[in-house]
Amino acid sequence: MHLPESRLNPPGRRSGPSRLLNLRALSALALAGSLAACNTVVLDPAGDVARQQGDLVIISTLLMLLIVIPVMAAVVIFAWRYRASNKDAKYEPDWDHSTQLELLIWTAPLLIIICLGAVTWTSTHLLDPYRTVGRIDGETPIAVNAKPLEVEVVALDWKWLFIYPEQGIATVNELVVPTGRPLQFKITSSSVMNSFYVPAMAGQIYAMPGMETRLHAVMNRTGKFEGFSANYSGAGFSNMRFAAHSVSDADFAKWVGQVKATPMQPGPAGQPADDPLPEGQSAKPVGGNLDRAAYLALEKPSEKVQVIRYASVAPDLYDAIVDMCVEPGKMCSSEMMAIDARGGLGKAGIRNVSMLAYDKNGRQAGSEATANPNDAVRKELAWVRALCRQIPGAAPDGTVKAPTDLRSLNGAGLAAPQSIGLGDREARAPAGDPKPAHVSLNSRN
Amino acid sequence: MGRLWLDALPQEPIVLATFVVVALGGVALVAALTYFKLWGYLWKEWFTSVDHKKIGIMYMVLGLVMFLRGFADAVMMRIQQSMAFNGNEGYLNAHHYDQIFTAHGVIMIFFVAMPFVTGLMNYIVPLQIGARDVSFPFLNNFSFWMTTAGAVLVMMSLFIGEFAQTGWLAYPPLSNLAYSPWVGVDYYIWSLQIAGVGTLLSGVNLIATIVKMRAPGMTMMRMPIFTWTSLCTNILIVAAFPVLTAVMTMLSVDRYLGFNFFSNDFGGSPMMYVNLIWIWGHPEVYILILPLFGVFSEVTATFCGKRLFGYSSMVYATLVITILSYLVWLHHFFTMGSGASVNSFFGITTMVISIPTGAKLFNWLFTMYRARIRYELPMMWTVAFMLTFTIGGMTGVLLAVPPADFVLHNSLFLIAHFHNVIIGGVLFGIFAAINYWWPKAFGFKLNQFWGKVSFWLWVPGFWVAFTPLYILGFMGVTRRMRVFDDPSIQIWFVIAAFGALMIAGGIGAMLVQFAVSIWKREELKDETGDPWHGRTLEWATSSPPPEYNFAFTPIVHDIDAWDDMKRCAVERPTSGYRPIHMPKGTGTGIILAGLSIALGFAMIWYIWWLAAVSFAGIIGYAIFHTFNYKRDYHIPVETVEATEAARTRQLAAAGA
Repeated sequence: MHLPESRLNPPGRRSGPSRLLNLRALSALALAGSLAACNTVVLDPAGDVARQQGDLVIISTLLMLLIVIPVMAAVVIFAWRYRASNKDAKYEPDWDHSTQLELLIWTAPLLIIICLGAVTWTSTHLLDPYRTVGRIDGETPIAVNAKPLEVEVVALDWKWLFIYPEQGIATVNELVVPTGRPLQFKITSSSVMNSFYVPAMAGQIYAMPGMETRLHAVMNRTGKFEGFSANYSGAGFSNMRFAAHSVSDADFAKWVGQVKATPMQPGPAGQPADDPLPEGQSAKPVGGNLDRAAYLALEKPSEKVQVIRYASVAPDLYDAIVDMCVEPGKMCSSEMMAIDARGGLGKAGIRNVSMLAYDKNGRQAGSEATANPNDAVRKELAWVRALCRQIPGAAPDGTVKAPTDLRSLNGAGLAAPQSIGLGDREARAPAGDPKPAHVSLNSRN
Repeated sequence: MGRLWLDALPQEPIVLATFVVVALGGVALVAALTYFKLWGYLWKEWFTSVDHKKIGIMYMVLGLVMFLRGFADAVMMRIQQSMAFNGNEGYLNAHHYDQIFTAHGVIMIFFVAMPFVTGLMNYIVPLQIGARDVSFPFLNNFSFWMTTAGAVLVMMSLFIGEFAQTGWLAYPPLSNLAYSPWVGVDYYIWSLQIAGVGTLLSGVNLIATIVKMRAPGMTMMRMPIFTWTSLCTNILIVAAFPVLTAVMTMLSVDRYLGFNFFSNDFGGSPMMYVNLIWIWGHPEVYILILPLFGVFSEVTATFCGKRLFGYSSMVYATLVITILSYLVWLHHFFTMGSGASVNSFFGITTMVISIPTGAKLFNWLFTMYRARIRYELPMMWTVAFMLTFTIGGMTGVLLAVPPADFVLHNSLFLIAHFHNVIIGGVLFGIFAAINYWWPKAFGFKLNQFWGKVSFWLWVPGFWVAFTPLYILGFMGVTRRMRVFDDPSIQIWFVIAAFGALMIAGGIGAMLVQFAVSIWKREELKDETGDPWHGRTLEWATSSPPPEYNFAFTPIVHDIDAWDDMKRCAVERPTSGYRPIHMPKGTGTGIILAGLSIALGFAMIWYIWWLAAVSFAGIIGYAIFHTFNYKRDYHIPVETVEATEAARTRQLAAAGA
């Protein structure tokens, strides 16, 4: 059990194990009856981030029960005691005001909300999905030079593409990560909004076209877990599921090797929803190298897609996906923004429109036009790129660093005023350190 | 005919069968109305009436009819989800199922909860403030028919074409033309736009009524709590609905004219839509719940036989909620990648709302303290509300903690939460209100036995239906799923479906309750006009009230004006009547709404000539209506005398 509380505490003041056990027993009791039998992955996940989030669910609930239980009990008691047939109960029809009571009914919820608000503020910052993870689990801080495993996630209609830039491989509907290594997900989508969610690993975050969101997590247990889209995205949404495997480092390396050795194979890639294959013609082969052309074929809507493994992947593919310019002859949105930042192109810019139209699955005509750009368009695009000198796909990095020292979060690193004697605690404070470790809680906003 | 062709007619057997049944039912209804020669009566006494009481009742009927449709959708979803396991695709394909969950949400919010709430406010507010009608009686009739026109369009989508398959808020890019190319989203847009006109105008109308038409002596701080909450709700309506209109307009120019507000192209941003729709959407949930908080306040005070505890604290709590409801919208999308500071801010403002809400709950609680609580049906619903809503509020605050939301967002936990507050708050409140004010509206009480059957099926039924959803949320099951992989969770969906069955029994019992009560109305008759020993002015007049509500405008000296009058033994005046100036009915509202349906339908199907004709018709008829100078009449003094004399006799008989 790793309560967020234990994370907020400085190492010197870690709560005793007995208290943690108590809390755990209590929370278990609270949910016991109905939840004991089922697999409540949200409250008992395999990843440290999800675990802290699940613990927060329990802590917040307990905090609120402090007021909810007495109120509900009072409702029942008053409703019974002051029933009309009970003539023994007092009846005061004109009693309608009491300053003390009014004070109580406003301050009691206020106090609970102050506590919960404080918990919210700290936990929201510490568990910000854009923030790198600060620890592997409750006991293990992260190594200083640890490099997170980067996975680029693309939500397609209706399957998930995972690109491993470090390994140079890609998979569809199969996520494999090493246990105990920090993970960094860069998430985008090709057409509509989805939400990337592996409940056992960490909370979800939206996947949106033309944009990139981030998620940081770590897996603490090996096993096979479920991942899916948690935001409705159209007809094939229900089957937009994938298996998330957490494996040992050795198994991960072995798996990478296997993927790299995957040959081109005839595709079991489900049926594209729009154009069913003509009778007697075999499906296009999939696997092998994931280049732009292969991506454009993969991107077409399809459901219940089996796992596909790509032995290699075009290095700039993910950036082009985020920049919405995978199709040849299409202007990247970063280029468009660069042009706009320079004041636009005036009337000449009207010609750009055909290079920009993106929403492709519904607008087949536009798609065909841009898929086969003529020489003039190519030339113009080259000119635009030269003009703007913008590197396509250079999206700003929104990552926030995890705090290196958690002590200042609850003021533990600050020197106490001289008038207050804190005895041995003061003695323990680092005397020679004039500047307490500072943690910036401000993220991007 | 634009893109309207025979392929728009239903092809799936389920829809086809429904279509046949509905068509036969419709034909039977029309035939019956014709046979009993009721068309003239309905047109003259109801459809063209500008009487706020009749319009209020028509709103309630609309809400009830649409409630049955929305509940049918719910049952279909529960059946699909309880069978689609182990490779079983269930009985609904994606196209059909996705329409059903979208329609369920749209109908329940816009065409069930909103008409119920507006209907209640329409009926009760003028009576509570001692007025004879609302400020703009014709506008009131027009508002009702525009809301109905929106509902008609939604119902048409069931049989002609399709409804949106986007979820009830139609997030782009999915709702853009590229990904939703046919008519579904257009039905969505036009039904909301047309109904939105009605809602907005009705909001303006009720604000003006409450601000300008209160009886002499009724200062703001002497208004009944229901009137207060109605005022706040209508302020919210007037401030929030234009945002919805604007965002729908932007979505429609995206779809119709190739604009790019919310597309992926040319710098359009779907995130803008999500923000805008929730800037309307969050106040909307307070628009729904606030009037019901008012209902619970009235019911609690009446059946406790006691003044409401902490009147001013109740008023301030309502005002605080009104303001705060504008500062929390982002909690609907913590997962969209805002920074931690933004997320924390909106999380904490959301939690802060629970403080005034908690204060309200305590106020009802302390009203029950040292009271003599009579457990009539409205009070039973109120106690059920207090227990149910507290849990719903707690899970809501839990979802307001962003890291907790990351694991529960879009899960069935979220579904359970908002059904917990909407059913436990809004719907239970509507049922309390119907049981409470039915005798006022129709002159007889509702049957208690069937009311209790309904209550005891509804309340446990709700918990059986939604507790499994809370649990499934903890198991990481997300919303809007049509088929499932994991067979171990099927049992929970079966339990939830059983809960839906209990609720169906509750709804059935309620319909039986209405029928039995109408059948035995003589036994249940309310002679006094004040069957519950009420405290506010609506109980001062007869049941049902005469067209003019009050022969003399009452004068108010205290909160709970009617209770005050009873204590001071105020004599009811029986002479000195004068003719009463009243507004006259008009068919303009229904005609304009009919033309609006034609306009919406034409726009949906790209029938441009019809769109042009009906738009010109709307403008032309509205101008024509401005030349209608026969807008009012006087009720002659003899009629008033006769009505009031009958009331005097009735009171004497009841007193004897």
